[in-house]
Amino acid sequence: MMDTESIRSDFPILERRINGRRLAFLDSAASSQKPVQVLDAMADIYRNSYANVHRGAYTLSQEATEAYEEARHKVAVFLNAASDEEIIFTRSATAAMNLFAYGWGLNILKPGDRILTSVMEHHANIVPWHIIARHTGAELCYMELTDDYRLDMESARERFDERVKVVAVSGMSNVLGTMPPVDEIARLAREVGAVLLVDGAQLVPHAPVDVQTLGADFLGFSGHKMLGPTGIGVLWGRRELLESMEPAEGGGEMIRDVRLHDSDWAEVPHKFEAGTPPFVEAIGLGAAVDYLSAIGMDAVLEHDRDLTGYALERLAEVPGLSVQGPADTVDRGGAISFDLAGIHAHDVATILDQEGVAVRAGHHCAKPLLRSLGLTASTRASFYVYNVAEDVDALVDALAVARRIFGLDGA
Amino acid sequence: MALEELYREVILDHYRSPRNRQALGGANAVAEGNNPLCGDEVRIELLIEGDEVTAIGVTGHGCSISQASGSMMGDAVKGRSIEAIRTLTGRFKGMMSIDGAGDPGLDPSRPGAVLGDLEALQGVRKFPVRIKCANLPWTTLEEAIKGFEEG
Repeated sequence: MMDTESIRSDFPILERRINGRRLAFLDSAASSQKPVQVLDAMADIYRNSYANVHRGAYTLSQEATEAYEEARHKVAVFLNAASDEEIIFTRSATAAMNLFAYGWGLNILKPGDRILTSVMEHHANIVPWHIIARHTGAELCYMELTDDYRLDMESARERFDERVKVVAVSGMSNVLGTMPPVDEIARLAREVGAVLLVDGAQLVPHAPVDVQTLGADFLGFSGHKMLGPTGIGVLWGRRELLESMEPAEGGGEMIRDVRLHDSDWAEVPHKFEAGTPPFVEAIGLGAAVDYLSAIGMDAVLEHDRDLTGYALERLAEVPGLSVQGPADTVDRGGAISFDLAGIHAHDVATILDQEGVAVRAGHHCAKPLLRSLGLTASTRASFYVYNVAEDVDALVDALAVARRIFGLDGA
Repeated sequence: MALEELYREVILDHYRSPRNRQALGGANAVAEGNNPLCGDEVRIELLIEGDEVTAIGVTGHGCSISQASGSMMGDAVKGRSIEAIRTLTGRFKGMMSIDGAGDPGLDPSRPGAVLGDLEALQGVRKFPVRIKCANLPWTTLEEAIKGFEEG
């Protein structure tokens, strides 16, 4: 069991009152809050050891470089990567996905090739492929959903053939909470010789991930959804694939030699880290990884599951509310999207905010998914380590207020 | 309380029973507006005869504020000259601006308009993220008129 009380005391923002109410922060799927350990780690670098990394032959630069590479090591251990060099720091999950799309997809794909993804993807795993498809003449294909909001593996199997060269799928939907069977998708991809990218933006913060057993060839995620700062993301890749992948950006730090008309790349991971990297943010992510590791990712997953189960139960009491996502907690993360009959998601979010409950309203950067569900917007509540049952109760109470304001409580 | 100011009964009434919600056969000015951040969508169809808007259709979907604003706007501009609509639009947007305290407000004595309803949207100003919802139909109306004038 997690000591949520002690965890909550590490997050100063949770003490804030919002519109005079206790804050129930239920939007961690968009971005999580930060513990003091992360804030302190970053402040410590800025105050005591700040200088550009991999450049200066002086003490401060050396200390900052060591802290940066130590953060890389922490992330590698967190993911059980084969080596630190498999961890490429980017500015976000979106940048990680784009690095793979440009570095791999742009150079490998040809007309007639296929990129296979799913309808439940975030725009960050769709739009880069639109661009790459336009450049290469490759075609973008989709795996569909079942009626219970899971990937339809039966029809998906038929999509895997030798034309498929890249498979790009989310490890956990930011809208539905669905966790598709990555192992089976990996097996199918391997059979046709395709490379598998997993969008881990939701998966990595909320579930134990071992890249050596996950089955993916590449994994992208961001720091700010897992207690770390904004401006930092990670692309993990199998070393042999990273070595054959082209850089997507050129600049300082990523070269071995530069002449007037050509240049040679540095070794991985540096060949993918052009320019001054967000190293203070990487160090913040390292502190977040320490924090999550101390809790244990199995415990994080179990905590999210317990809250999700409780929330699904309580939300079922709200008249007119329908959840878009699996109805149980099997292979499901703690993002719960719902529609409340007669009240638009924005109105729900505005009213909930007045009650101190922070939720996301809109299309969640997954317009193709919402369109396939017949929606233009929905409300989403999502959980993390600092959430407690009281937050769910506040959500349910605030939904009753929304229904009363809209004259829907039958009075 | 701010919520009651935002969700006044008249706004909820327009949201539940939107006026002018029709596809206009023979419309000669059309524009579609959307808010890519939140997905609100509005389609404005106008029949402009001479310099007067003689009929309006307001369709779309979105939150109560965007849809009620569009419904009220239809009532307010129908039968008005383009010049008068321009003045009204300017005043509405003035009312919606966060520093709109200096705006003279909408003149309730103006004949033929449902200005009282429009003023009910003043509560939106306390919710800055929702101001764009209220403005969406008006911006789209401006685009429809601009498109008509540019032929």
